[in-house]
Amino acid sequence: MSIFYPVKLLADWLTYSVFLITPKTLLADAVNFFIYDTIKIFILLSVIIFAVSIIRSYLPPEKIRGILSHKSKYTGNVIASLLGIITPFCSCSAIPLFLGFIQAGVPLGTTFSFLVASPMINEVALVLFLGMFGWKIALMYIVSGLIISVLSGMIIGKMKVENLVEPFVYQNTINGNVDLPTMTGKERFIYARDYTLDILKKVWIYILIGIGIGAWIHGYVPANFLAQYAGSGKWYAVPLAVLVGIPLYSNAAGVIPLVSTLTEKGVSVGTTLAFMMSVTALSLPEFMILKKVMKLRLIFIFAGIVAVGITFTGYLFNLILK
Amino acid sequence: MKIQVLGSGCSTCKKLYEITQKAVAELGLNENVEYITDVQKIVAMGLMQSPILAINDKPAMVGFSSDIEKIKRIIQDNK
Repeated sequence: MSIFYPVKLLADWLTYSVFLITPKTLLADAVNFFIYDTIKIFILLSVIIFAVSIIRSYLPPEKIRGILSHKSKYTGNVIASLLGIITPFCSCSAIPLFLGFIQAGVPLGTTFSFLVASPMINEVALVLFLGMFGWKIALMYIVSGLIISVLSGMIIGKMKVENLVEPFVYQNTINGNVDLPTMTGKERFIYARDYTLDILKKVWIYILIGIGIGAWIHGYVPANFLAQYAGSGKWYAVPLAVLVGIPLYSNAAGVIPLVSTLTEKGVSVGTTLAFMMSVTALSLPEFMILKKVMKLRLIFIFAGIVAVGITFTGYLFNLILK
Repeated sequence: MKIQVLGSGCSTCKKLYEITQKAVAELGLNENVEYITDVQKIVAMGLMQSPILAINDKPAMVGFSSDIEKIKRIIQDNK
């Protein structure tokens, strides 16, 4: 029995006894799906974001930098990617993160591993994958995201492209040891609670819209309808998904519930994973902001390597999960 | 007393600047709040988050808060 069985009961009761919709109709299906998914996702979001925020209160970026500047090349890439998972990414923190890492002596490749993992593997995406696709696909998303982050960072590190970083970045060096104001247990709790509420406030409308459209498709579009356009047999499905994903960053929260229903209607899982990775990891606003600290060529190299990695992952899962 | 809000110029940074100005006014302090968007200044303090509330050149609050009472308390504690 799933731990969400009580939610299922609640959704059934609301659909059939409160709204009095005749069972086994398309409308009943869509309404039931909407109520169940919405409640489930919001429970998961609250619990997981809260937990990640508590962990993060012990590991702010300044502490992460301290860990990374003492690591050798390859371990550095791995640890940077892992730490990227718990660090939220907003385009307003990209520049201070980049400058702070580089100027404290963290290698360029390690910094890029972090810059790839931080937006790609975030708790909101994780929750939505868990809730809409189940733990296996959520795990696949994390593991392949980590591999892409580690490898992209290693490749950029090997390419010796420090000359493509704006010269002013390397002109300053800083001491990475900083004393942050320490937090009490109560402060950590308040921080995690406020952060969770903040994220919920930001994403709830997108999630509702995403689940809403998803519920409609779930009820009204025939199963496997999309297989003929975007099934695993279509070679162009993966690169197309990656391209479409690039401008969608700010709506990641609404996109996942939507794509989960698309999968149900015949879009293959590899294509879906590639699409979501592209939505989160390749973001136009981030690229525009990074222009302040690096040359356009380095942004293209960075985006190119990540895009190739994502496309490859998409094909691989389409092949394995056929 | 030197009160500064440092940020990368994003909207949350501006919001913190406005809240801090309001907090200073409500405390009846005759101080100017400075708004700095030079990211290098944040990094030079050893920090990598934004926005920062700094008092007398020391970071007093890292990250955003809309809690004006908290900001008032921080200003008074760091006087």
